[in-house]
Formats: sequence, C-alpha cells, structure tokens
Amino acid sequence: MSKGTLYDKVWDIHRVADLPGGSAQLFIGLHLIHEVTSPQAFAALEEKNLPVICPERTVATVDHIVPTISQKRPFNDPLAEEMLSTLETNCAKHKIKLFGIGSGSQGIVHVIAPELGLTQPGMTIACGDSHTSTHGAFGAIAFGIGTSQVRDVLASQSLAMNKLKVRRIWFDGQLKSGVYAKDLILHVIRSLGVKGGVGYAYEFAGPAIKKLSMEERMTICNMAIEGGARCGYINPDQTTYNYIQGLPHAPNFEDWTKAINWWQTLASDTSAIFDDEVTFDASQIAPTVTWGITPAQGIGINECIPTSESLETNERLLAEEAFSYMDLKPGKLISGIPVDVCFIGSCTNGRLSDLRAAAAVAQGRHVANGIKAFVVPGSERVARAAEKEGIDRIFLEAGFEWREPGCSMCLAMNPDKLIGRQISASSSNRNFKGRQGSAHGRTLLMSPAMVAAAAIEGKVTDVRKMLGSIK
Amino acid sequence: MSSNSSFPKNEISIIRGKCLVLPGNDIDTDRIIPARFLKCVSFTNLGGQVFADDRSELKGAHPFDQKQNYGASILVVNDNFGCGSSREHAPQALMRWGIRALIGQSFAEIFYSNCLSLGIPCATGSEHLIKDLQKTIEADKSQVWELNLKHENIKSSENTFNLTLETGPLKMLLTGKWDATSQLISQKKNIEKTKKSIPYLSNFDITN
Ligand code: SF4
Repeated sequence: MSKGTLYDKVWDIHRVADLPGGSAQLFIGLHLIHEVTSPQAFAALEEKNLPVICPERTVATVDHIVPTISQKRPFNDPLAEEMLSTLETNCAKHKIKLFGIGSGSQGIVHVIAPELGLTQPGMTIACGDSHTSTHGAFGAIAFGIGTSQVRDVLASQSLAMNKLKVRRIWFDGQLKSGVYAKDLILHVIRSLGVKGGVGYAYEFAGPAIKKLSMEERMTICNMAIEGGARCGYINPDQTTYNYIQGLPHAPNFEDWTKAINWWQTLASDTSAIFDDEVTFDASQIAPTVTWGITPAQGIGINECIPTSESLETNERLLAEEAFSYMDLKPGKLISGIPVDVCFIGSCTNGRLSDLRAAAAVAQGRHVANGIKAFVVPGSERVARAAEKEGIDRIFLEAGFEWREPGCSMCLAMNPDKLIGRQISASSSNRNFKGRQGSAHGRTLLMSPAMVAAAAIEGKVTDVRKMLGSIK
Repeated sequence: MSSNSSFPKNEISIIRGKCLVLPGNDIDTDRIIPARFLKCVSFTNLGGQVFADDRSELKGAHPFDQKQNYGASILVVNDNFGCGSSREHAPQALMRWGIRALIGQSFAEIFYSNCLSLGIPCATGSEHLIKDLQKTIEADKSQVWELNLKHENIKSSENTFNLTLETGPLKMLLTGKWDATSQLISQKKNIEKTKKSIPYLSNFDITN
C-alpha cells in the first residue's frame, strides 16, 4: 500500500467517514459541472427533494454541445438549446456560478477551471467527465464521475470512493525539440496499455516532468484516463505557484504565503512508498501518432503500422479490428498517410501554448488543397489571448478556420463532425470508432504541431522536419 | 426494444435470466451509446439506442438484435469493458434495454462505479473462464442462468462458473446500500467537520 504520497495526503485530509460497504466518504473540494452530465442529476435531487448543500463549491460552464461557428442564442439545434437552458435554470435555481457564453470565461470545463485559478494543489476535484484527471497537473486529486455521483456531490459535497493504488511514472532525460507533452503521454499509453492504469492513480515525476509548463502538465494528466488511470497528478512546485499567482480565484494576497507553505507540504515525500514504479527515458520519445481505434495503438512517426504477427497474441484481435476499421495497411509507414480533416482543440490541446506551437508550424505556409483544417480555442480566455498575439491571423492566412470555444469535434455533439469515412488528424484524446461524429469516421491522434504539419502537407508528417529540428 | 421489468431496488442478491454474449476487448462507452444520443435531459429513451452504430453496421446480426437474445438480463463481455467517457448514459442504456448484471474479464473504473450506483453488479472471472462461459451460453442461448452474488457464481441447470465480486461493492449490493446518497447525507456533521478542517476552505490556517 502506498504511503507518504501526495495521493495519500490529500485523501486523508478529505476523508469524512468510513462507509458500511467498506469504501470511504471523501469530501469534494471543487465540483465542476456542464450541460451534458448534470440535468439528470438535478432532476434526481428534485425527485428526492434535496437541496444542493455547498453551491459555492460548484462551478458550471457549457462546452460539449455549443456550436463553434455562431454561438447566437437560441441555438439552431433545439436539443442543444434545451440542454443549455436547462443548465441555466438549474444553476439559477441552486445559486451555482455559471460561466456562460459571452461571459469572457466560458470554455471547456478542464480549460477554464485552471485558468481561473479555481484548480489548486491539494484539492479533491470531481466532474461528470472522465478528463477531470487534467486538474491533477496542479497536485490535486481529480477524477471523473457519473451522473448519479454528480447527484451525490450536489447533495452531500462528498462521494463514496475506494482508495486507489499509486504508480509513479518517472521520466529521465528531456523531451527533444519538436516532441511535446502529447507525445510523452501517447508513449506512456502505448507502453502500459489502455487498462494498465485501472485501479491506480498515476504520479508523473522526474526531470522531464519538472521542466514542463503547467499547460504541458495538463496535457499529460488529461490523458491519464486513456491509460485506464482514473486520476493522474504531478507534485506542485514553483512552476505551479507561479501559474496560479494573480489568477481571478487564486488565494487572496494575505493568504498567499500561507497557501504556498501548505502546498509545499503536499508533494510526495522522498521516502514515499508507491505500489508500483515505472521509468521512461523522455529523450527517446519521438512524435507519436495513433493508427488504430484505442489511444494505445500508437507508434513513433518513423515506425510502421504493426503487422498482426509482430504483436502479442492478446493484442491481435483488436489490431485486426483496427486494420479493417481504419483501412490502413499493416507494415506501412505511418508517415505519409493522407488525411481529410485537421482539428486543433480540445481539453487535451486547446490551450494557448498548444495554439502557439501549431501556429509556429502554420506561419508562412498554407493548408494543402482539399484539406479542411480548423482551430477551436479551449476557452474564451484562450481565444482572446491568442487573438491579441495575432495567432488567429496566422491561422486564417494559412487557410485554417478560426472558431469559437467548445469541445467541438473532440466528441462531435455539435455540428463539427467527420463525414462518412473521412480521416482526421486530431489533437484531441480519443480515436474510438465513431468518436468524431461519423459512424465510419477515422481519427489519428497527435500533438497540435503535428496536426498543423499534417494540414500543410495533406498527410501525416514529421513536424521536426518543418521546424528544422531534424533534416 | 426495452425492458419492462423494474429497475434495481434495495438488496440485490440473485439475478435470474438469459445471458447475452458480447465479444471483444476494450469496448468503449462511445460505442455503447454514441455521443449524439447524449443530447437529452433525461435517460428515458436510451434503451433503444444502446450500441446504435455497431448495430446499424451489422444490420440485424448484432447480439442486441438477435431474437434469441431478446429479454436477456445478464451481459457477458470480455476485457476492459466500458473504457473511455464517464457517461452514465452507457450503463443507463444497458439497464433500460434490460440488462441487470454484467460479467466480464475486467471493467473500466468509472463504468464500474456508474453501474454500482445503479445497482448493477459487475462480476469478473479469468480470461479463460469468461471464454468458457461465453461458449457455454452460445451453445444454448435459451438457457436460464442464475447469478448468485452471495455465492459468487453463475449457474444453469448443468453448469456452474465461479466468479469474483469486489468486497466493498458486493457488501453494498447485498445490504441494499448501493445507492449512496442517503448514506452520504446522513454524515452531515462529519461533512461539516471535514469542511472546516480543510486548509483551502479556511484561509490556509493549518490547525491540525
Ligand atoms: S474536449 Fe473532449 S474530452 Fe475534453 S471535455 Fe470536451 S468532449 Fe470531453
């Protein structure tokens, strides 16, 4: 059993009671809600005639269903409009703060909470969305929950939870130029598998992690869930404190020193005991692209799509399914595969630094003929900051569309969808069958810079060549 | 089609009915219920939409469309079932189709806890055992099985397979305490106490 890790410390601070079933009741410090997984939870409260006990610890935004071309109300889609107005009614009724469209702070829930300073070290954070693991980048214990649990948090500000084991994933070395946080996490998932993390919290640590910015750390923790780990975290350090300082919901000026003093006590002890430890060498990681239908089916840009024979027996069945769905040839180089659509955005890679990295590739170049390429900033704040830097113009001049914030084609609940068998280069997090809005649509996951490179070349391309990091 | 039998309530110890085999590893919640069906403010209509895309692909040949499987209440799957999104719409859709229990080699974490909060047990067995069980079910789809939580097994008139249920969830199901809300609320005093002791909720004054 783990001991002295950040996970253990945060767990102990928030433990309310032990429950008869053997699980623990855990206090939830910050509850984030959005339009898709909350309406049934509010309805269930009403049915039981229960109040929201800590409305000030719940924050709402709207992201999954919002259109990204025109966000004028009412939305063209009556179902989307109904979901948004239901959220507005529920928030007004229960006195929950909602960052709605045009508020200046609306956006993907996992983008806005960190940039507003709501996400802080040592918190327990829950949200009806599996990528809640993102907030672990700050040294919070953050995890996705289902709608019944959303109801439980609203009613009791707590959850029945079973304690996870902790696996430390250590990265020696440093990422090479042209290789990003996205490549690092795709590499981890490729190595440990999509269910390697089931039953675990992932602690990401080591020199390569230490050097990453907060936005890069968020990309990594975001995808912990794709490796099966319900939460992933990084110990808070000076990078974390610097990021939070001055944000709208950061601790008050008078409390700042006390806050840092407390945050410093949270990091895993040097003598901490982990249930498992794994080590990688970050300098060995190449730009990584998925070729299949799970995020673990990924390879380095200079590798070939595996053949059935080259895989372990237990991976073959799924690989065969992927070959036939993706219609990609085993044994063929991933580099050079033509794409139809290029999507830059999502809670994995829709932040300012992601857009900067992609814009650096797009600048002075043009999207290849016949390619649809579009950029969806993660939030209104990201959009306005990017516009201030002129990033929108770089993209527009290069032939990309510049959209309004939302989840967009990450899950395609709005009009942004693949059509038929289109294949997309996507900076999002899931390449599941049908994920991007067409039952036959195909997704190749990669970093935002790699998506920009694919848009320019019209095919999967090693971005390092375009950046001049390799010849 | 969707089931008329009532949703789980109170203590759950025995689930009786036909079994339905759905082969494949890593079946994610996007496949169980595609995102476009999440545009709803109530779960009511999800039963008919379960596996919508996979089913339309297979034009009637999908296990959920085969006549012999109609009315089945136990779903037998393989490895890492329910991975991906946290959408409770996935177990809700299965439940509204008629599924009352799942058996598989393993389940994704959030899916598993979503099932538990609906009173749907997820029992596990080794890869070998699950494949054996699936073969036995396929040999006679009309066979009625009994999943016994206390004995941690599933039985037909001819066969018995031993399964595993996690201790905590098992206890919650057997005692009818799987619907956590009332238990959580009953700790009101402790919730208040914890809240007061959390540094970031009390100006970072660390007292303990
Ligand atoms: S961007 Fe994608 S993964 Fe992130 S919250 Fe939205 S739908 Fe979920």
